[in-house]
Amino acid sequence: MKIEARLLVGVALFFLVTGVGYWFWSYEQSGTVMLIGAVLLGLVPGSYYLWWSQRMTPRPEDRDDGTLAEGAGVIGAFPSSSIWPFVMGMGLFSCALATVFGTWLLAPGFAAVFAAAIGYTVESRRGGTI
Amino acid sequence: MTLLQHRPPAGASDHPEHAEHHDEPTFVVKWLTSTDHKVIGINYMITAMVMFYLSGFMALLMRVQLSSPSGIGMSLQTYNELFTMHGSLMLYLFAGPFAFGGLANYIVPMQVGAPDMAFPRLNAFSYWLYLTGSITMLLGFLTSTGAAAFGWVAYAPLSTSAYSPGPGADLWIISLFLTGFSAVFTGVNLVATIFYLRAPGMTMWRLPIFTWNMLVTALLILIAFPVLTAAMVFLWTDRHLGTHIYSVAGGGVPVLYQNLFWFFGHPEVYILALPYFGVATEIIPVFSRKPVFGYKGLVFATIAIAALSTGVWAHHMFTTGTVLLPFFSLLSLLIAVPTGVKFFNWIGTMWRGQISFKTPMLFCVGFLLAFLMGGLTGVMLASPPIDFATHDTYFVVAHFHQVLFGTTVFAGFAGLYFWYPKMFGRMLHDGLGKAHFWTMFVGFWLTYLPQYVLGLHGMPRRVATYPAGLGWASLNVASTVGAFIIGLSFLIMLVNLWVSWRNPVPAGDNPWDGHGLEWFASSPPVHHNFEKLPPIRSERPTWDYNHPDARTIAHGHGTADYELVGAGARGASGAGDGTTDA
Repeated sequence: MKIEARLLVGVALFFLVTGVGYWFWSYEQSGTVMLIGAVLLGLVPGSYYLWWSQRMTPRPEDRDDGTLAEGAGVIGAFPSSSIWPFVMGMGLFSCALATVFGTWLLAPGFAAVFAAAIGYTVESRRGGTI
Repeated sequence: MTLLQHRPPAGASDHPEHAEHHDEPTFVVKWLTSTDHKVIGINYMITAMVMFYLSGFMALLMRVQLSSPSGIGMSLQTYNELFTMHGSLMLYLFAGPFAFGGLANYIVPMQVGAPDMAFPRLNAFSYWLYLTGSITMLLGFLTSTGAAAFGWVAYAPLSTSAYSPGPGADLWIISLFLTGFSAVFTGVNLVATIFYLRAPGMTMWRLPIFTWNMLVTALLILIAFPVLTAAMVFLWTDRHLGTHIYSVAGGGVPVLYQNLFWFFGHPEVYILALPYFGVATEIIPVFSRKPVFGYKGLVFATIAIAALSTGVWAHHMFTTGTVLLPFFSLLSLLIAVPTGVKFFNWIGTMWRGQISFKTPMLFCVGFLLAFLMGGLTGVMLASPPIDFATHDTYFVVAHFHQVLFGTTVFAGFAGLYFWYPKMFGRMLHDGLGKAHFWTMFVGFWLTYLPQYVLGLHGMPRRVATYPAGLGWASLNVASTVGAFIIGLSFLIMLVNLWVSWRNPVPAGDNPWDGHGLEWFASSPPVHHNFEKLPPIRSERPTWDYNHPDARTIAHGHGTADYELVGAGARGASGAGDGTTDA
């Protein structure tokens, strides 16, 4: 986990240096704000990973000598099929088209999105280990 | 080394009532409900290929119009729509989704030894957003006022409601919402998969380079796409809610749009390029019969390219006069350094290898040449004096077509030829593949080299007609002929797909003697990918398993025996020092 953490913190450090340099060279606002956003993108997950990677025992996939037997067991739940992503996609499609072809399309759109949200949740509860 | 270790398939939990049932749904139901990363990946690739052929057809129509100074009578509005949709389809709906939606979706979980992507249903949801976004964009052609016609960059104020009224432009904007979210979700999914679902022993320094590149690409997506979405939200509110974010009349700043757009737009170029660099880095070692040369150098070069690419957005805006020329010129020129490292490593991988020029390798060599030409003209354009002279001419058109065609098409189809046997369990015909390559290669140079000359002669881009008597016509004819040769080459590819579908030649699990874990699975892989995994002690576990007698260097293994045998082993020696990183 340490390399993952360093990668993300490295993203933050690079954009911090670039952002500071850019601001004091150009005093241009929009670019600086976007660079600050990129700093946060690396810093927020990266600092958490860094903090956590100091405390955890390295996972089998972090160690050069990790064996497959160490990774045995449940990795997670991977549902093999689900209709709800499709329903939610169609709902959002309908909502998006509503902005062009008329607000009435929001009705089926929201109906599908809510149905999919409920469907997702019920499916996850039934499926167990997510 | 030869002992296969069992790893129970995921989902085989203690609770039998949760055990999955494998009564696979068939065609339409499967397409609608599958959350298997392999099915979704193939869905992505098929959709992206449809977009590619549509967009290529639009390109041919434009080339026909440009083959004579006065054209064939196409209306200016039609021409504007064509170049807008050609660019939008290629960049937003083909090149990116083909790589991070299609190839990465299929290959990355297999290369890290995972049963699926981290969030399978989110993955399916991404695909539906991508498909509906694509349909939304194309719906513009069915409206009475036509599709969007403001170029794929949609600069304000041209894209505001005063200059681009009608639903076509709105559909274009909305479609970028949908596909943008699709890309962000896929990015999150890829990062989570690579961070959390690696098989034991698959450390970060043993990830195949393709997976590394996809990880960096995913981070770039997360940096860049939200900015595009923000730019589109502002554009939409300007068009419909009466805000004046981009309009001078209301106190807004039009150049803000360009800043936002290119803060997305330039990383986007590398979101398109890095995955295909990864494809080339997978293929070249396999067909050179060597491990990849300079593993860590390639990883750091990828990271450096990605980092620099987010600091160069305004080199597209040199001529606006509102940007800091030296800063952006410097960073743009710097990108040539890590890119040069990559070239060095690719050539170093081939150096003294036993190269076999199968179709995928041939496409990779074509990629190297094409991208080299596009990259070198890019270095020229990074210099503001040259950019001022050639901005918005065909020189720029030829430059970015060589870069993007070189990466997304040459390397992209190399990847298709390379992994097609894994995906479908059958080979593509090698002779037809080579015919595809050589026609495309000839067509590619014939199309774009004249455009460089046209640009230097001052022909502006995005014009449907041009004055006769300037000597531009013959060069344009050459370019049009080249474009049709490229079109022909893709008909050959369709024939190839048809042949492999009608007369399947079984591929076997590992037709190329491949390196990554994906070649350890069956072809096509079973549900949840792996019944068994080999021990993972280097970045090419399958090759190690298949060649137990070869002495290889355990990659990133601190106590490894560094005895080197043969030219092939020499390549990895510089990178085996990952002693402390775990």
